[in-house]
Amino acid sequence: MLGIDERLAAIRGSSDRKRHNARTLAALTTNPGCARRAILDAAGVHKDKIAARVGHPTEIGKMSKIAVLRGTFFEQQVKAEGGAEMLRLLRAELGLPIEQAHYEDLGAAEVDATDPRSKREQSNESRYQLTRQAMRMTAGSGPDAGTMFASPMLRIAFGGVWVYLEPDLVAFQIGDKFHIVEIKSFPIIDEVADPGKVAGALRQAAVYVIALQNLMEELGRGRDLVSPEVLLVCPKDFTNQPTAAVRNVRKELAVIRRQLERMDQVREILRAVPQEVTFDLAADRQGRPTRSPADLKRALNQIPARYSPDCLSNCEMGRFCRSEARGSTNVLGRTIREDLGGVDSTSMAVALATGRLRPTDDLEETAHLLRTIYTMRADCLQGAS
Amino acid sequence: MSGLTAMARVLAAETGTRQAICTLRHLHVAARPIVLVPITLAGETNAPLAVLVGDDRDRPQLIVTNRPRVREERLRFAERLGAELLLPIANLARRTEVVPTTRRTTTVRRRAVEAPQIWVPNPAGVEFLRLLGRMTRFRSTVGQWAVAPSVPTLGIWATWFAEQSEFADSSVLVATTQALTAMWATGQSDLEDGNLAALMAWIDPPPGTSAADAAARAEDTIAFPPAGPATDPQFDAVVLEPALRDLDAAPDDQVRERVLARLASGLRDQMQPTWDRVWRAIDLLDAVPAAPHVAVRWERDRERFYAFADYLNTIGLPQARQDGAVRGARRLTDLEVRKSTFDAQRAYDDALVMAEYRLSGEAFRGIVVDADADRVVRPSSRRVRRPLITVTTRDPARLAPGDRELRDPQRPTQEAAVIDVESDGAQTRIRLELSGGLGSGTTGPAPSGSVPAVGDVVTYTRLKAGGYTHRGTFPNREDTPWTHGGPPAEYYVPTSHDAAEDWS
Amino acid sequence: MTSPAADAEAAFQRIIATFTSSAQPGVVVDSPPGAGKSTLVVRSSTQLAADGEPVMVVAQTNSQVDDLVARIARRAPTLRIGRLSRADYVPSPDVQRPNVQVSSDIRKLADCAIIVGTASKWVWVTEGRWPWAIIDEAYQMRSDLLLRIAARFDRILFVGDPGQLDPFSTVETNRWAGVPWDPMQSAVAALLRNNPDTPQERLPVSWRLPPSAAPIVQRAFYPSTTFTAGTVPEERSVHLPVAGVGAAAVDEVINLASETGWGFYELPARNTIRTDAEAVAATAAIAARLLQRGTETVCEESPGGRRLTADRIAIGAAHRDQVAAIARALRAIGGAASQCRVDTANRLQGAEFDMTIVLHPLSGRRDATAFHLESGRLCVLTSRHRHACIVVGRAGIPELLDAHPSVEPVHLKSLLKFPDGWEANQAMLGHLGQHTVPAL
Repeated sequence: MLGIDERLAAIRGSSDRKRHNARTLAALTTNPGCARRAILDAAGVHKDKIAARVGHPTEIGKMSKIAVLRGTFFEQQVKAEGGAEMLRLLRAELGLPIEQAHYEDLGAAEVDATDPRSKREQSNESRYQLTRQAMRMTAGSGPDAGTMFASPMLRIAFGGVWVYLEPDLVAFQIGDKFHIVEIKSFPIIDEVADPGKVAGALRQAAVYVIALQNLMEELGRGRDLVSPEVLLVCPKDFTNQPTAAVRNVRKELAVIRRQLERMDQVREILRAVPQEVTFDLAADRQGRPTRSPADLKRALNQIPARYSPDCLSNCEMGRFCRSEARGSTNVLGRTIREDLGGVDSTSMAVALATGRLRPTDDLEETAHLLRTIYTMRADCLQGAS
Repeated sequence: MSGLTAMARVLAAETGTRQAICTLRHLHVAARPIVLVPITLAGETNAPLAVLVGDDRDRPQLIVTNRPRVREERLRFAERLGAELLLPIANLARRTEVVPTTRRTTTVRRRAVEAPQIWVPNPAGVEFLRLLGRMTRFRSTVGQWAVAPSVPTLGIWATWFAEQSEFADSSVLVATTQALTAMWATGQSDLEDGNLAALMAWIDPPPGTSAADAAARAEDTIAFPPAGPATDPQFDAVVLEPALRDLDAAPDDQVRERVLARLASGLRDQMQPTWDRVWRAIDLLDAVPAAPHVAVRWERDRERFYAFADYLNTIGLPQARQDGAVRGARRLTDLEVRKSTFDAQRAYDDALVMAEYRLSGEAFRGIVVDADADRVVRPSSRRVRRPLITVTTRDPARLAPGDRELRDPQRPTQEAAVIDVESDGAQTRIRLELSGGLGSGTTGPAPSGSVPAVGDVVTYTRLKAGGYTHRGTFPNREDTPWTHGGPPAEYYVPTSHDAAEDWS
Repeated sequence: MTSPAADAEAAFQRIIATFTSSAQPGVVVDSPPGAGKSTLVVRSSTQLAADGEPVMVVAQTNSQVDDLVARIARRAPTLRIGRLSRADYVPSPDVQRPNVQVSSDIRKLADCAIIVGTASKWVWVTEGRWPWAIIDEAYQMRSDLLLRIAARFDRILFVGDPGQLDPFSTVETNRWAGVPWDPMQSAVAALLRNNPDTPQERLPVSWRLPPSAAPIVQRAFYPSTTFTAGTVPEERSVHLPVAGVGAAAVDEVINLASETGWGFYELPARNTIRTDAEAVAATAAIAARLLQRGTETVCEESPGGRRLTADRIAIGAAHRDQVAAIARALRAIGGAASQCRVDTANRLQGAEFDMTIVLHPLSGRRDATAFHLESGRLCVLTSRHRHACIVVGRAGIPELLDAHPSVEPVHLKSLLKFPDGWEANQAMLGHLGQHTVPAL
């Protein structure tokens, strides 16, 4: 019997591990009931490649070059001149009594060409150590250490490996606590921002909060040094000028912590997955997958999905799962199954509604409901024509 | 979602054809609608890139921002859009008529003979207009940052249209996807229905193609460009980005013109399919017979349109950035009252809509099995007609003795009260006492037709489809109580800061 | 160590003192379930009125108003009490007292020391200003209603239970999300956001909830306040003179609940229609069986014990069609059981019973919606009882909660709702899980 890490490695196969980040970790909360997603994410499978191979290429994560450029420009502007703009925001927009602040960039990494580890690995690790050191010193230095840390590196354990996380900024010294700052390029217009985008940004910030809390705990400083209040920095109205809003992510923290802790569930799901299941694309030397789509589909079918239309915008496998779920009421909406008394299949719903199918005992009530609805509908349409 | 809509979806999925969820159309379709298809520049905040606009489907006006990242050009864009929209609006506002009234009153109310109706592809199009209104309505027409007078006027109108569309009963600004899904259910989810191309593919597939296949094909954003205002990232990379770069690098006007022509043609290709789809959707909806109350609601739209045009001619201040406390409370009441009237009117007009209420137990339809039409009682000093009828129904009615103010859409001025309810599981017998709508006098038989007869099919519901709803009093703005922050500052008057507000 | 009664009395005196002397025109009193909210309204209104100045009491529903009128009139038989009402209002027998005057016109009640009316009736009062007002169930009142009546009063005491259901609107709009005067939020939220210095008091003792329930309800629904049960375990007990029948699950869950204060009657997992016949039948059967077994309750009000009657049992559900189905099932059983109160969480707000039976809002579902997860709904349902609460539901609710996607949109400036419905549901379910009796 293999351990959970070996099982996940076998499921991933020869492909490299998909690197998670705060956004993908936060996305674990968008459909926590899906076993397929849980396994693919925990194993670090490249879902986009799998989806493309089985004939359902994804649009998720495709961003306009023009938008990306502007986002980067905005972030640089906020961080420019040693965080001068940030400091102004903290003072003016949030009324924080900050005299002055040091600005420390933790983005520089040491890379040793002779080190057998990859450059990225080395860089991540080196930046993480730098951040760790900086946090240790600041956390211990009392109430005067007003410092902003740009591009720190944090990490969190997930799927048996460290996931490295890069918050935009950690600000220290607002009421003696570390605060995560998240810079986003969607606007706040007359103090209102797109609620869906705000929710996404806060979930992401909550991942950073947890990672920083973990670090503080490791340093023996206590998790409560990290504030659950995060700062969201966005363009103001129709301008490029930044504005800031403070928001407590208590709820997001609870939800994400629970999802991260539910790796036990992965163990549970794996028990039902046949040993031979793998999502190895068996790439050739040019990186082209050689595994047959049919074979890959068979592997996917071995782990049940919980499809809902939201998946189309949340998960790379969404379109594949939709095609697989064809004929199920789930394809029509997340609550439609409840509206039809729990029937999973559209053809069965219609057969029960029209009376073509005699219900089994446990479906008697549902059938009665469906027949009532169907008759009412048919009568009204007939009366109208 | 309700059971009936869910059933329509399932039937659509199984049969592969759209399923009506109303028997009539509850949206007004204007004789000369204006269609507006906007697209914006990715990454910026509502930066207009181009629109296709107009009331002639064969000759859409294409307006392109020459340099979308440049503030002045965006204002020029607003000016050009204003030139397209404000003239028809002004013309319509000039043709008015007196609102007929039965009440004896000295004030004469007027309304426009016809109001404008703008169609955008989707709710994001409504949001585009709202933000465009926010961007332009505070602009000053004098001083250092002066803009053409049409710019703030366009902003005020764009805001008006966007605000009207929040009301359930208004038809002046229509999001096409919503208009279609209010009429038909498809075999896909709300999410897919939000894509106009996929929705139209389902509702109106090309001949010889199944709805599901047509919808699946419509998800290819290259063959079926998005309905906007957001663009397809691939279009940005392949067409837009190079064009913008070439525009910036253009050494002279001649080259600029060439690049602009290329850009305009690329943008038109992105918008034309959506333009065609919106017109096709208008045709499809227009072909469905309108419900009786549609005309009544459109009259109110015409009245509101004229009232606002009149306000603009007299006071004309732009709408505030944000509702004050009193404005907010009033608006919420209006939203609620107008929605409940709209819901009731739809149910009165349309048996399939009423069925939703029957299914949830808030209405029932049945057959009159007993009637005492001439019953007269004397509850106080006066004798009054109070006919009794007994109705049997198989609907899952949820009623109890003492429930009052039920109405049958066939006799909207008559009220019924529940006397008793008996149910044997399959069938329910409900005894009702009727009042009102029975003519005057208490001698002799009740006027013919005023009381349902044995064998008649009746529908009773608590929904109220008309009449005046008392809203109670609201404080004046300057009397906003301390609980809600006290009186706010003076009415918002745009400042020079607004005029200078940066756009990029 | 002080007694709960002394704590409660001290809180009352502090509230009155703050209300009459504070520099702020408003004072908020948070009251957990059964902490004597109505008593506070009755006592403070009569005490203030006795000092000579008229007191206006505002409640949210007509039955709440009638209830308050009767209690105030009983407590202060020498004071004239006014009942401000609709023109077609028919006074209930309890309201028809010599010292109660009913009118739809505030001017005709000018002689009254205390006037009680609904907030929606107060909207029609266009003139006049009164020194004192007490608003009951202020967390269920909408901000726009407060806006329309607040100017009638110099000082307002807001009394309410923050854990119950928020007010609602028939329209969905984000137009005012996050604005301090958002008309859709509760009256208390509007008050506090516009007047952050408003004194906030709380009632510290739940006289209703037994010691078996107070800490559970507090942890799940009131994590940021503290309150304790006003009684000790020995004061509250349930006896079942008629023994259960063998291993019948209904009897078993009744036994468990009478011993521990909680029971979860668990039906096998199944995705069902809302009016799940099995769950409805079980809910009705438990109520009927409680009465059949001659259940007796012992409490500080009846130390010798009293027979549990139908009017002391409530059955709560989330949806009205479920309520109708349960009521039908009870009528089919017949006898006293059909007299039990069956209602939605909405309408059970503020009410109190000895025993409650709850059809779990998530029972038989595959997916939760915001409606089903609203913490106020479960809070109302599981905090109406003086002795025990039995919840009926299908297995699989914990899995449903774990599978619930957390993707609700967030409005930047809106108040943080605490506790979150998902967390509250988890907490309550965690507790119920220890009191599970599987249906056979």
